[in-house]
Amino acid sequence: MLQIRCPWCGPREENEFHYGGEAHIAYPGSDADDAAWAKFLFYRNNPVGAFAERWTHVAGCRRWFHVVRDTMTSEIRGSYLTTEKPEDAR
Amino acid sequence: MKRLPTGGTIDRTRELSFSWNGRPLRAHPGDTLASALLANSIAVIGSGVSLKRPRGVMSAGAEEAHAFAQLGEGGASEPLTRATTVEVFEGLVARGLSTKGVLEAGVDPSRPDRRTGHCDVLVIGGGPAGLLAALTAATAGARVILADQRPSLGGALLGDQDVIDGQEASAWIAAQEAALQAASEVRILRRTTAMVALDQNGMMLVERRGQPRLWQIRARQIILATGSLERPIVFQDNDRPGILLAAAVRRYLHQFALAPERTVVFTGNDDAYRTALDLVAAGQTVAAIVDPRPAPGGTLADRARAAGIRMITGSVVIGTDGDADGVLIAARVAPLAGGDAERIECDGLAVSGGFDPVLDLHHQRRGPTAWNESLATFVAADPVPGYQVAGALTGAFELAGCLRTGIEAGRAAAAAAGFPAGNTRVPDTAPIHVQPSVPIWQIPAPDEDEGRSFVDLHRDVTVAGVHRALGAGIRSAEHLKRYTLIGTGVEQGRTSKVNAGMLAARYQDGPMGTSSARPPVEPIAYSVLAGRARGAMFEPVRTTPIHPAHVAAGAVFENVGQWKRPRYYPRAGESMADAVQRECRAARRAVAMMDASTLGKIDVQGPDAAEFLERLYFNKIANLKPGRARYSAMCRLDGILFDDGVIMRLAEDRFFVTTSTSHAGPVMEWMEEWLQTEWPDLRVWLTSITEQWATIAVVGPLARTVLAAADTDLDLSASAFPFMTVRSGTVAGLAAQVARVSFSGELAFEVSVPGYRGEALWNTLMAAGMPHGITPYGLEALSVLRAEKGFLIVGQDTDASTTPVDAGLSWMMTKERDFIGKRSLRRKAMVAPGRPRLVGFLPADPAAVVLEGAQLVEDPAQAMPMTMIGHVTSSFWSTTLGRSFGLAMVKGGAERLGHTLYACTGSDSMAVTLVDPVFYDREGARRDG
Repeated sequence: MLQIRCPWCGPREENEFHYGGEAHIAYPGSDADDAAWAKFLFYRNNPVGAFAERWTHVAGCRRWFHVVRDTMTSEIRGSYLTTEKPEDAR
Repeated sequence: MKRLPTGGTIDRTRELSFSWNGRPLRAHPGDTLASALLANSIAVIGSGVSLKRPRGVMSAGAEEAHAFAQLGEGGASEPLTRATTVEVFEGLVARGLSTKGVLEAGVDPSRPDRRTGHCDVLVIGGGPAGLLAALTAATAGARVILADQRPSLGGALLGDQDVIDGQEASAWIAAQEAALQAASEVRILRRTTAMVALDQNGMMLVERRGQPRLWQIRARQIILATGSLERPIVFQDNDRPGILLAAAVRRYLHQFALAPERTVVFTGNDDAYRTALDLVAAGQTVAAIVDPRPAPGGTLADRARAAGIRMITGSVVIGTDGDADGVLIAARVAPLAGGDAERIECDGLAVSGGFDPVLDLHHQRRGPTAWNESLATFVAADPVPGYQVAGALTGAFELAGCLRTGIEAGRAAAAAAGFPAGNTRVPDTAPIHVQPSVPIWQIPAPDEDEGRSFVDLHRDVTVAGVHRALGAGIRSAEHLKRYTLIGTGVEQGRTSKVNAGMLAARYQDGPMGTSSARPPVEPIAYSVLAGRARGAMFEPVRTTPIHPAHVAAGAVFENVGQWKRPRYYPRAGESMADAVQRECRAARRAVAMMDASTLGKIDVQGPDAAEFLERLYFNKIANLKPGRARYSAMCRLDGILFDDGVIMRLAEDRFFVTTSTSHAGPVMEWMEEWLQTEWPDLRVWLTSITEQWATIAVVGPLARTVLAAADTDLDLSASAFPFMTVRSGTVAGLAAQVARVSFSGELAFEVSVPGYRGEALWNTLMAAGMPHGITPYGLEALSVLRAEKGFLIVGQDTDASTTPVDAGLSWMMTKERDFIGKRSLRRKAMVAPGRPRLVGFLPADPAAVVLEGAQLVEDPAQAMPMTMIGHVTSSFWSTTLGRSFGLAMVKGGAERLGHTLYACTGSDSMAVTLVDPVFYDREGARRDG
């Protein structure tokens, strides 16, 4: 089980969290054309290595935040607020 | 083997009785099942898995590939344990196996524990390297956990007679243990095997105690000091009872006071010479040491010569002879250069093909390994991040090297965890001059019958099997494993993998390596993994505050997620169908009531609450006036119907949102997600209030009469309290929120009171309704009543492909503004003709209830696979309609109304006529009572 640092509650066990997929996917709005909308809905990156992803502390403070995780080693490089950038992970 | 009159660490002052294959036997505390059986002159433990040859004990530890036992009886019976790791206790019941366990029926009564641990440094292995690693880290101030799989610390030292710092090994071990225990933050876990190396320096371990304990430990640093295992040698008939690993013979001698009467040692390395020397020192006979090296020298060989032990050099064991039971009686020895074989009688053959570091946990973390030419085995090339390796894993096979690398690993781990350590002195050990060893992989069978030369002793794989695999073109270790089953036993091929790889390499002219080791290191019983989380403790059970009343009323319950909800309330002698019809009749003709407390409830507050809900739900909400309610529904981003419920506006800036029971959590999470990640500018606050309210629906033409009699201050008249409005007042003397919403089409009031008063409200309403025959109803009746009105249930009548348009909800969809999923509803596939639509149907036989899920086709006689037009989503018998009916998703939908389709279930089919999905009170005349 992973240990994840919630920016508000500190390090907690993974089963307190729910996963929210890739972070920093901008909502294109309803004017998007079919291709842009399909890309937003169905296409996600699946990199080897560092990956910025969303988590929510559902069994804790209920806050959404971001995590940079290494998909190869499951090492968590840090977490950061939804208003911040992956470089801010700590 | 025989038990010697003196020696060993067993407690000879006490005796234990145990049973083996139904035979009562005796042992001493300190005995393993294997040593106890050997002490009772039982050489044959079981038989091989496929060739059924007799098998004895071949090791003294977890690598055992022969001696398997089933422990206990009935549900508590534990299959496929290794006799070498089972400690004998009073009353132990065990029987031998053909290396195949049996799962017995019955309830497992064990109550395993689960514990979580945190430390700075976790040391796996309590041998010389692990002991000093733990002590070094602890001395530096680190919190240390030391885990060792055996009952006593010491590792390989337990089976040897080394001298460290002038002390006997046992005294030195005791001193280290005392020093560890004196340290403030050290925990020693004995009988504890590290099973799974988890992410983020986690480790899952199993502690064998009266009730086993599963540990999950997370450490800043993990030190692997798991030692090494001796390799068997592959030769003809190398599986006979009596043939043991050389170090195991030493361990049986020193720990259990067991020795063969006449032993032959077969080795290509110096270490096994200790076995011969120790046996002689204990007064036992060593018939010969057989060594392929032409002129073994060095300290130990010199001692063997001095002790007068016969040394047959430049020679190997080419085969063995057995008695009628297959038990070893002689070894046949021949010079490597060729020549006649000599038959040497013996009841013990101690073999040593070399040593392999125990790399399982290192492999689990994808740690790199390297071939060490002088040791002729794979060692850890580098520790993985967060780990240190010590002792044999580093290639340090000699005691001095183990002690030194233990200290180094302890210092490195402590420093990495933030505890700089001082210099620790490496203890003194007697210097030993060691000769280069010669690995012995395989001795060809003299009669060329390679079907009796075992490579994997557990899975009965022979050299002939490896030849077959290579002949079939197998060229990788992983394929060899799967083709031959080498390494697929419970010990994961600890003693066979390297031999198999080297054997294969010889025949394919190139290295093959070994197959990987996977978690867990040893089998873990499911009951241990489950721990206490079974039966009533498996999952939380949620009940409403009214639950005791349902139980008292004899309700049959249904699981809805974690909730227990009444399905129906049978009276004496009633079938489910009887009860459901009675409950439906009460709702349609008089009055009925239901516990609706499990519905999800979310308090949405803030100046932007209406704006927020309008973005999420696809119907209009902003124009809802305070005190009014509206049926609302939402999509996911892909335009698929997600959830529905009633939204009540309590004030300009406050909404009482209900969700379906099963979506209470997901909808709350969905709301938070959008509020926090996309619209943080909206001033909205969400609170889950599902359990804060108990809600009872009072349903039927007499609902108003009953509620009026239940001590309420509300004006319940249709004009003062119209349909789809919500009022605050008192009911049953309790502060209540009452909504006029209906999921049945009948006059209905949903009364909500603070959760803890739910049962009081239920009882008051029951009493008030008694004169009118008020009837509690469950989920079955609810489902029939709503289907008669064509009300869908998200997740039953819809699935992960159903849009609001498909579900017939386009009438409520806002045209003016954007909402979640709106863009998706314009996608080509979403507006394509022929999408399924929700319709009603009537079976041709009004008595027949079609199976839910049945496929609908135009021609039941067509060839398979049939062209499917749709499927049945809800299907019931209706006492109100006096016939069967149902709902279905059908391609084309409205265009097919009046058409006949066929519902197919297996080979049967039933004609059904498609109709409008509202079967009852299409005018809505009944909702005001």
